[in-house]
Amino acid sequence: MAMIRFDSVSKRYPEGHEALSRASFEIDEGQMVFLTGHSGAGKSTLLKLVMLMERPSQGQVFVNGQNLRNIGRLKIPFLRRQIGVVFQNHQLLFDRTVFDNVALPLIISGCPHQEIGRRVRAALDKVGLLDKERNNPITLSGGEQQRVGIARAVVNKPPLLLADEPTGNLDPQLAAEVMGLFQQFNQVGVTVLIASHDIALIKSLSYPIMSLKGGQVTRQPATEAEVPFDG
Amino acid sequence: MADAQGAQRRQSRIRDMLAGWRAHHGEVARNSFQRLLATPVSSAMTWLVIGIALALPASLYVGLINMQALGEAWDSTARLSLYLKMDVDDARGKALAEALRKDSELVAVQFTDRASALAEFRAISGFGDVLDGLDENPLPALITVEPVAGLSAEHLGQLQQRLSALPEVESAQLDLEWVQRLYALVKLGQRLAITLAALLALGVILVIGNTIRLAIESRRDEIVVIKLVGGTDAFVRRPFLYTGLWYGVGGGLCAWLVVAISLWVMSGPVARLAGLYGSEFSLDGLGLVATLLLWLSGGLLGLAGAWLAVARHLGDIEPK
Ligand SMILES: Nc1ncnc2c1ncn2[C@@H]1O[C@H](COP(=O)(O)OP(=O)(O)O)[C@@H](O)[C@H]1O
Ligand SMILES: [Mg+2]
Repeated sequence: MAMIRFDSVSKRYPEGHEALSRASFEIDEGQMVFLTGHSGAGKSTLLKLVMLMERPSQGQVFVNGQNLRNIGRLKIPFLRRQIGVVFQNHQLLFDRTVFDNVALPLIISGCPHQEIGRRVRAALDKVGLLDKERNNPITLSGGEQQRVGIARAVVNKPPLLLADEPTGNLDPQLAAEVMGLFQQFNQVGVTVLIASHDIALIKSLSYPIMSLKGGQVTRQPATEAEVPFDG
Repeated sequence: MADAQGAQRRQSRIRDMLAGWRAHHGEVARNSFQRLLATPVSSAMTWLVIGIALALPASLYVGLINMQALGEAWDSTARLSLYLKMDVDDARGKALAEALRKDSELVAVQFTDRASALAEFRAISGFGDVLDGLDENPLPALITVEPVAGLSAEHLGQLQQRLSALPEVESAQLDLEWVQRLYALVKLGQRLAITLAALLALGVILVIGNTIRLAIESRRDEIVVIKLVGGTDAFVRRPFLYTGLWYGVGGGLCAWLVVAISLWVMSGPVARLAGLYGSEFSLDGLGLVATLLLWLSGGLLGLAGAWLAVARHLGDIEPK
C-alpha cells in the first residue's frame, strides 16, 4: 500500500510562482526515500502538502490511506499525529527541558501519565541523549538539538517520518550519525521521506531518490541494488 | 468471554484517557497560575485593575442594600400628624384623641394642645420674640398617631385619607415622604449600578482580552510547535483560557478586599452617626452569596475576555 501518493498535484503560491506542477508519485509503506532538488525547487512545499501546512491548488494527495481533501481544518491535528517531522531549524522550545520537549506530542494526544515517562526515555535512549533529559535544549550542541528534534518526531511511534534538510547545519560526521538514526527507524517499519540537497551524503547511502525539477518529480532507482524502489 | 475481556480492556482504556485528560487540565491550570506568579508585578496590576472595576458596582450594591435596610428600619415607626382645625378647642381635641385610642389600626396616640405646641415650637425654633409679638397663638392643636407595624405604603395612604376626612382634622400628614424619596433614590441607584456594572464588565473583558493577546504573542513559538505535532485548537486554547480565569478570579478577590476595606473604614463614622440619632443601625457587608457571585462573575468575565482574544488571534498563528 502507498503511504504517500501524489496524483497530478500542482501548488501555486498567491504571488504567482508555481512550486509544483502536476507532480505524481508514490512512496510505499516501509520505504525510505530521499527528495532532492536545488534550493527553491519545491522540496519544502511538497512536505508541507503532506502535513497539510499547505493545500494543493490542483490534484489530490493521499497519506496513509486518507484523501487529504476530506480532512477539514478540525481534523488536521489527527493527521499530524500520524506524521513525525524533523526540521533544519529543529523548532525546539527553550523554555522547558529536553524531556518536556520530547513529551509534547504525547501530552497532546492524551497519553496516560505513567506511559509518558517510559516512552520519552525510550526515544531519548534511541538518539543517545538519555543523560540530557533534564537539560535545557539551549545548552546542547547543534547535533544534539537535532537529535532531540528527532526523538520528539518519533516518540509517538508515527508510521511516517518527514525530514526537511535535517543535516543542513551539521558537519559531515554528525550528518552521517543523524542519517544512521533515520535508517534505524526505517528498519523497524517507519516510512521515511527526507528532503535534502546534500547530494554527496545522499549518494553515499543506497536509497531511492526522487528529484524535483521544474515542479515535476522524477524517480531514480536506488544507487545500489540493495533497496529497490518500485513505483 | 473474549468479548467481555475486550469490553473490559476498552473500558480501562477510556478510564486511562479520562484520567490523563483530568491530570492534563490540573497541570495546565497549575501551570497558568504559576506563570502569573512568575511576573508578580504585572499580574498584581492586572488583578488590581479588574478588582477596582468590579469593586465599583459591588460597593454601589452594598450601599443600596444598606439604604434599603435604613428605610425598612424607619418604615415600622411611620407616624401620622393630624393637625386639627383652629376652631376645635382642647376639650374636643382630647375627646378625639380618646376616640382614636380605640382605633384598631393605631397603636399610640398623643394629643398636643395649642399651648404646648406653641411652647415646643418656641423652645426649638428660637423665634420666641416673634411669637411674643403676635396677639394670638398661630399654631393648631396636634394629634400624633402611630399605626400598627407592618402596614404597606398603600395601606398607610388609605389610613391617612380616612383620618384627614374626620371633621376635626384640617390635614393628616404622613411622615413617610422621605422614606419614599429614599426608595426612589434606591431605584435610581439600582439602575445606575446595573449600567455601571455592564460598562465595567465590558472594560474587564477588554482588559483581560488585551492581556491574553500579549500572552499569546509571547508564546507564538510554542503555539506553532504544538500545532505542528498535532495539537487541537482546544489544546492550544486551554492555557490561555485558564490564564483568563485566574485573572478574573484574582480580580474578584481584589474587588472583595476593596469592598471589605471600604466598609471597615466607614463602619466607625456610620456607628457614630447612628448613635447621634439613637439608632442601632450598622453597615451590612457583601454577604456570602454576593461574595461568591462576585468571584463567579470575575471568573466568567476572565474566561470571556480570554475567549475573545483566543478566537481573534490563535487562528492567525499557523506553522509556516
Ligand atoms: N509561503 C510562500 N509564499 C510564496 N511563495 C513561496 C512560499 N513558500 C515557498 N514559496 C516559493 O515556492 C518555491 C519552492 O519553495 P520551497 O518549497 O521552499 O523550495 P525548497 O524547499 O526546495 O528550497 C520557491 O520559489 C519559493 O520562493
Ligand atoms: Mg526548503
